[in-house]
Amino acid sequence: MIISVASGKGGTGKTTIATNLAVSIGSGVQLLDCDVEEPNAHLFLKPEIQHAETVSTPVPEIDKQKCSLCRKCVDICRFKVIAIAGQTILAFPELCHSCGGCMIVCPEEAISETGRELGMLETGMSNAIEFGHGRLRVGEAMSPPLINKVRSLVKPEIVNIIDAPPGTSCPVIAAMKATDFVLMVTEPTPFGLHDLKLAVEAVKLLNIPCGLVINRADIGNDDVRQYAQAENLPILMEIPFDRKIAEAYSEGRMIVEVLPEWRPKFFALFNHIKQVVSQSS
Amino acid sequence: MKELVILSGKGGTGKTSLTAAFASLSENSVLCDADVDAADLHLLMNPGVIRRSDFMGGGVAVIDPEKCTQCGQCIDLCRFDAISQHFEVDAIDCEGCGVCVDLCPEQAIDFPTKKCGEWFLSDTRFGPLVHARLGIAEENSGKLVTLVRQEAKKFAETQNRDLIITDGPPGVGCPVIASVGGASALLVVTEPTVSGVHDMQRLLELAQHFKVPGMLCINKFDLNPNITASLEEFARDKNIPIVGKVPFDRRFTTSMVQGKTIVEYAPNGQLRLAIEQIWNNICQHL
Repeated sequence: MIISVASGKGGTGKTTIATNLAVSIGSGVQLLDCDVEEPNAHLFLKPEIQHAETVSTPVPEIDKQKCSLCRKCVDICRFKVIAIAGQTILAFPELCHSCGGCMIVCPEEAISETGRELGMLETGMSNAIEFGHGRLRVGEAMSPPLINKVRSLVKPEIVNIIDAPPGTSCPVIAAMKATDFVLMVTEPTPFGLHDLKLAVEAVKLLNIPCGLVINRADIGNDDVRQYAQAENLPILMEIPFDRKIAEAYSEGRMIVEVLPEWRPKFFALFNHIKQVVSQSS
Repeated sequence: MKELVILSGKGGTGKTSLTAAFASLSENSVLCDADVDAADLHLLMNPGVIRRSDFMGGGVAVIDPEKCTQCGQCIDLCRFDAISQHFEVDAIDCEGCGVCVDLCPEQAIDFPTKKCGEWFLSDTRFGPLVHARLGIAEENSGKLVTLVRQEAKKFAETQNRDLIITDGPPGVGCPVIASVGGASALLVVTEPTVSGVHDMQRLLELAQHFKVPGMLCINKFDLNPNITASLEEFARDKNIPIVGKVPFDRRFTTSMVQGKTIVEYAPNGQLRLAIEQIWNNICQHL
């Protein structure tokens, strides 16, 4: 089973929910942090990293001796990676989407592929929880290929929890698609609700069952609950604002550490999701 | 003309609330919302749209079943697994590379460009706002960020406005990179939490990479005085100016619910003074 934890708006508590859920399940569970631009789950789970590898994506390398300046590669590339200026061919591999088109059309076999570093993939253990995350290289723009690499760690025989990035564009889709359930974390504020609506639209597009966690449930107003009702979105958990939780969070400690009474609630949340998933499959 | 870009790395540290507060204190500026996939600034600005324009993205492959002979070449060529065994293209998975389009022996694949979003020029009580909405699940967020920043700049030039205040997206990837290039300075809004610090450090690394000077504002500073102290020390070591600290205050939420900036909601008192001081410090560093 794969549960993704998403939100639309940043800072609503995705990582808090994902990590507390993982710890409350305890074993037979894997947490995959797919917020590769700003991965934070490791700060709370503090895993022992056992394996680290560099992830790269193929980009063209042009042999200028072989190149006949025919422009076929320039013409096929939609991302303006290759340019010809006068009698010189230039490549800008940082713009490359790794489609391989230039290499296929080159009649001189002047193009081969080399790697552009996307970032690091790290895996390890936090007690009995299996852990994996990606760390996008600072300066690298494209996160989806690294997210896909983290997603390749999914183990179908156990529970996989995916901590998704904020937003509604391609990185979020890469993290949410083909998951069994999306747990949407929001806060009952105008910003939280506005971005939640966008994220829910994305989930509908992917046709995945979805439920809501309202974090800092006693701030803001009631609009998010009205929206949830109108959209038939079940509210699976509400966590009130508690300065103790906020302070613990600031130090990298989890809710279930400082308020152990939340552990059974997170476990019940998991059981609820499990039930929904088994009914919908 | 200068452009201040407000970023944070981590989401939810208070970028938009502070951007709106600064907008209400600034004179003669243009506002720009560069968080195009979850834009929120308009919720506090109540904009009246003056001009609405389509944002066209790249092409997406569409197979014409009449012409397709199901030879399978496109499936083999596509590195994004976007073409099914039934020769249908998944528009979400399609990267828009056009390799299948160019190499289909039957020329059976069309490559229409589609509308990926919209961008707006609006009027607000604090001056003009350039903002956008990227379509759900769309790519090209970086391109749209670049577009809204360019349009804000153009508009500022024609109106003789000397400052652009840009509310940026979270993270350090594509849309953030598109927000940083060419900015006069970055204001990094962080919070004293382990994740806030971790994400801020990656963002500052990015700023250094693009050689854009940064300044730091610590929001909710009283949530963890120890981490706040180490943040201040870190900034001193790195020679990054701290423009100020904002306490944790529930009025940020209540003002948001009313669609007001914190400066309008709490026009008197300590909080307003602190934010005014921060704005003055920012202007000095710009």
